[in-house]
Amino acid sequence: MDMTRVSAIDPWTWTVPLAPGESRHEVKLYGSRELLETMDDKVLEQIINVARLPGLVGAAMTMPDAHWGYGFPIGGVAAFDPDLGGIISAGGVGFDISCGIRCLRTDLTLHDIAPRMKLLGDGLFRDIPAGVGEGGHIRLDVPEIDRVLSGGARWAVEQGYGEPSDLEYVEENGRASGAVPASVSVLAKKRQLGEMGTLGSGNHYLEVQWVERIVDQDAARAFGLFEGQILISIHCGSRGLGHQIGTEYLVSLAKAAGRLGIILPDRELACAPINSDEGQAYIGAMHAATNCALANRQILAHLTRRVFAHHFPGRHLETLFDVSHNTCKAEWHEVEGRRRLLYVHRKGATRAFGPGHAALPERYRAVGQPVIIGGSMGTGSYILAGTAESEKRAFSSASHGAGRAMSRHQALRHWQGRTLLKDLETRGVIVRTRSMRGAAEEAPGAYKDVERVAEATERAGLARRVAVLRPKVCVKG
Amino acid sequence: MQFDYFEHDADVGVVGRGATLERAFVSGAQAVFSLITRLDDVQPRERVDVEFEEADAEFAFVTWINLLLARAQENGLVLGKFELERDGDRWRGRAWGEPWRADMERGIDVKGATLTMLSVARADGGWEARCIVDV
Repeated sequence: MDMTRVSAIDPWTWTVPLAPGESRHEVKLYGSRELLETMDDKVLEQIINVARLPGLVGAAMTMPDAHWGYGFPIGGVAAFDPDLGGIISAGGVGFDISCGIRCLRTDLTLHDIAPRMKLLGDGLFRDIPAGVGEGGHIRLDVPEIDRVLSGGARWAVEQGYGEPSDLEYVEENGRASGAVPASVSVLAKKRQLGEMGTLGSGNHYLEVQWVERIVDQDAARAFGLFEGQILISIHCGSRGLGHQIGTEYLVSLAKAAGRLGIILPDRELACAPINSDEGQAYIGAMHAATNCALANRQILAHLTRRVFAHHFPGRHLETLFDVSHNTCKAEWHEVEGRRRLLYVHRKGATRAFGPGHAALPERYRAVGQPVIIGGSMGTGSYILAGTAESEKRAFSSASHGAGRAMSRHQALRHWQGRTLLKDLETRGVIVRTRSMRGAAEEAPGAYKDVERVAEATERAGLARRVAVLRPKVCVKG
Repeated sequence: MQFDYFEHDADVGVVGRGATLERAFVSGAQAVFSLITRLDDVQPRERVDVEFEEADAEFAFVTWINLLLARAQENGLVLGKFELERDGDRWRGRAWGEPWRADMERGIDVKGATLTMLSVARADGGWEARCIVDV
């Protein structure tokens, strides 16, 4: 990023001064100088475009893991007030609606799984459908998909996938309200008929991790974490259904914006006023896709438990938390001393409610929401906790991952899939994948340093570090 | 080569070229499905049809790619051969492929074509269509 265009508010917060005659909202970029320097200039261009959208409240923001996306940058956060003509943007949510991470905690230790790691990797790879062209073991019809879209993870639990106690630790207790299956096309539903319980490809993964270090003892105790413990993170989203909703509404909202008198600085910001028929249709479809993603991760958690039960009978896998990071949610926030209902877009950004928030499960209420920063398959991930400060700084939002530092094309020039997997195995990380190309594109070196991202997230006041996780087994989509 | 790629941080830019607009769109489809598997390995055993109306050539390119991706997933197919005809605003296309076989090379899933860096324009006496696809 051209650092001459930004100025520091503090070492972890940056802004872009207004040019003479320029009219837009404030832009805030969270992260260290070092992280910002590695970001593409397009990140700046895209977040400035967001700052020009109608009804924005406060600043348009980027998280420390931001990178060049489409419409919004990935790692972009923006809140809109419907009463001020605020908009809902398909490009501000992304194609993989409600992509997120389900994190399971076990009562196993690294010592327990060490002798069976390869068998565990093989078992997970066999039973978790992953990668392009891998359909699921579940086949639904359109009326049943409608029930998925209304019921979310609750539907999955009712079908026997997982336990009712999981739902307390899934955002919105496993079911997004306001879903309108009728706003989802038949084609989108048909794409999903054989896709429930599949991981997908790209940056999606299922990873067996161990807790290397506890940073915040109180929060770790509340989250049920201890050093040496085995956790499982499942990263995936709403699959073909979400992608189809994204593609259809991107075009229809881009056309609607012109008709509704919204000047788009970039067509990919395709949006409509929240209080419009077009906006409400997208919101209903987006919530339906959220329920699809929540149900999908619930099924994958169930399949994971089955594999673990085979290898480690009698051991427990509990849901630590399930958090989405491609969303727009209606939330109450205090702005200039007044509580306001805002539509908070988080594209590649995680909700991070601080201590005391009513939406949190009682077990976590004193310490704040678990926030998961998923790293690359060879480095590590972080669990953090939401802070009160984040409410003021970023409408309770934080980073969602390490963030790419290199394009997929560049990564293919640097790494070869098979060599990379062998190298990771010598470093004690077992990777199972059907796509060597995908593995090379997802090489750990193609991502930002997750340590720097987690540190910047904490220093910027967005969330505080609780535990450092290291990968042991990765099923890569 | 009639199709090519360009750089994007998280996703992939695709380019299709051809003597006509329709040929450029077909090349664009080849670029997209070459990310998924090796096209030469795909046998044209089953056909899917796509049909849509669109006056704007850029939106038409995105719609063409997205309909192909949707039909492929709906029918559990990987596609390798494409044809497209245009009559005014009306577009009619066909694609051939087969269900996934275990011995096929697995590339990456393409979620959809985006409006980012989308352009359809004349180039070198023919046409060029390009956009970023989300992967």
